[in-house]
Amino acid sequence: MNDLNFQGQTLSWQIVNGAIELALHREACNEIGSVTLEELEAFVSALPALANDAHALIIHSTLKAGFSAGADLRELFQRAQEMDKAAALRGVRSFLERIHSVMNALDASPLTTIAAVHGVTFGGGFELALVCDIIIADRMARFCFPELRLGLIPGFGGIPRLKRDLGNAVVRDLLLTGRSFNVMKAQQIGLVSQIAAEGEALRVARATASQVGKFDKRTAAAAKEFVKPIPYAELKQEIDIFCDLYSRPAVEEGLRKFVENEGVQPYLP
Amino acid sequence: MAAPTIDHTLDEILNLAASHFKVPREKLTPDDDFFKTLGIDSLQALDLLTRLEQHFRIELPDYELQGVSDFRTLASRIQARL
Repeated sequence: MNDLNFQGQTLSWQIVNGAIELALHREACNEIGSVTLEELEAFVSALPALANDAHALIIHSTLKAGFSAGADLRELFQRAQEMDKAAALRGVRSFLERIHSVMNALDASPLTTIAAVHGVTFGGGFELALVCDIIIADRMARFCFPELRLGLIPGFGGIPRLKRDLGNAVVRDLLLTGRSFNVMKAQQIGLVSQIAAEGEALRVARATASQVGKFDKRTAAAAKEFVKPIPYAELKQEIDIFCDLYSRPAVEEGLRKFVENEGVQPYLP
Repeated sequence: MAAPTIDHTLDEILNLAASHFKVPREKLTPDDDFFKTLGIDSLQALDLLTRLEQHFRIELPDYELQGVSDFRTLASRIQARL
């Protein structure tokens, strides 16, 4: 094992034909909790060395259920129950600041980054896809920002990045209704670059990474930096708004309801 | 072109559900609870929703499915978008 290959509990990475492939594989659907965060931080630390041997980064999931269902709400709720409210809030802020560092590093990577998504691409999973330069989606992919159902806003940088990439009316629709939407809609609004057949997103992403590899790396990095500004001030503001909202009793109740829901419809609004 | 009838829409939903979830078509009836009959959870229900949207070429927001668990009501929600 070296920095060029890694096999963790929640994710793994390797370089294939000049593209770094970061594979998410935490059951049930790549919920992002503390272990995933630690392993993402390890990946970001390894990224400069990996980038010497690669021209692109592909992020994908090996799980049938989808790309990622977002933040690990069960862990968030259970940890909050083990401490007083002030400590819980400090813990949430710390987690958000760390995941923002990861997302910002991926966003700013000089490599061309591609999210190859399928199935559930919700909340924090959607936000992880949004840091990438190009989103390639399986025709069965579904996107959603469900956070308002819990009395929260997206906390992993979703709103500033959506605002960067899409029209404000579309952002309001997705955010304020909390509805999920399919790939046709996602491509229509400019979110998804290419639609792949079922099970083919990774293959299409590899073909795209191969095309990207034909160009000079330094030129591609300069072009990316020119067209993809990172909204740091708004990202910081998002953390403050999230933490303000999080400290309300209604949020704890919303989380409890989600965590204790044993019905068949937790992913439906 | 005139919209298909609700019975036609219902029939297409039952055919698609039977085919995708590998359940004999004759075992599905309009008033079945599709979560129970198909043995699916909410993630699979979203999968079904996506397939139905593609089949009927419509967009059906998932909040319209809140509390919906039988094929007949599902058909009426889809019919309203055709």
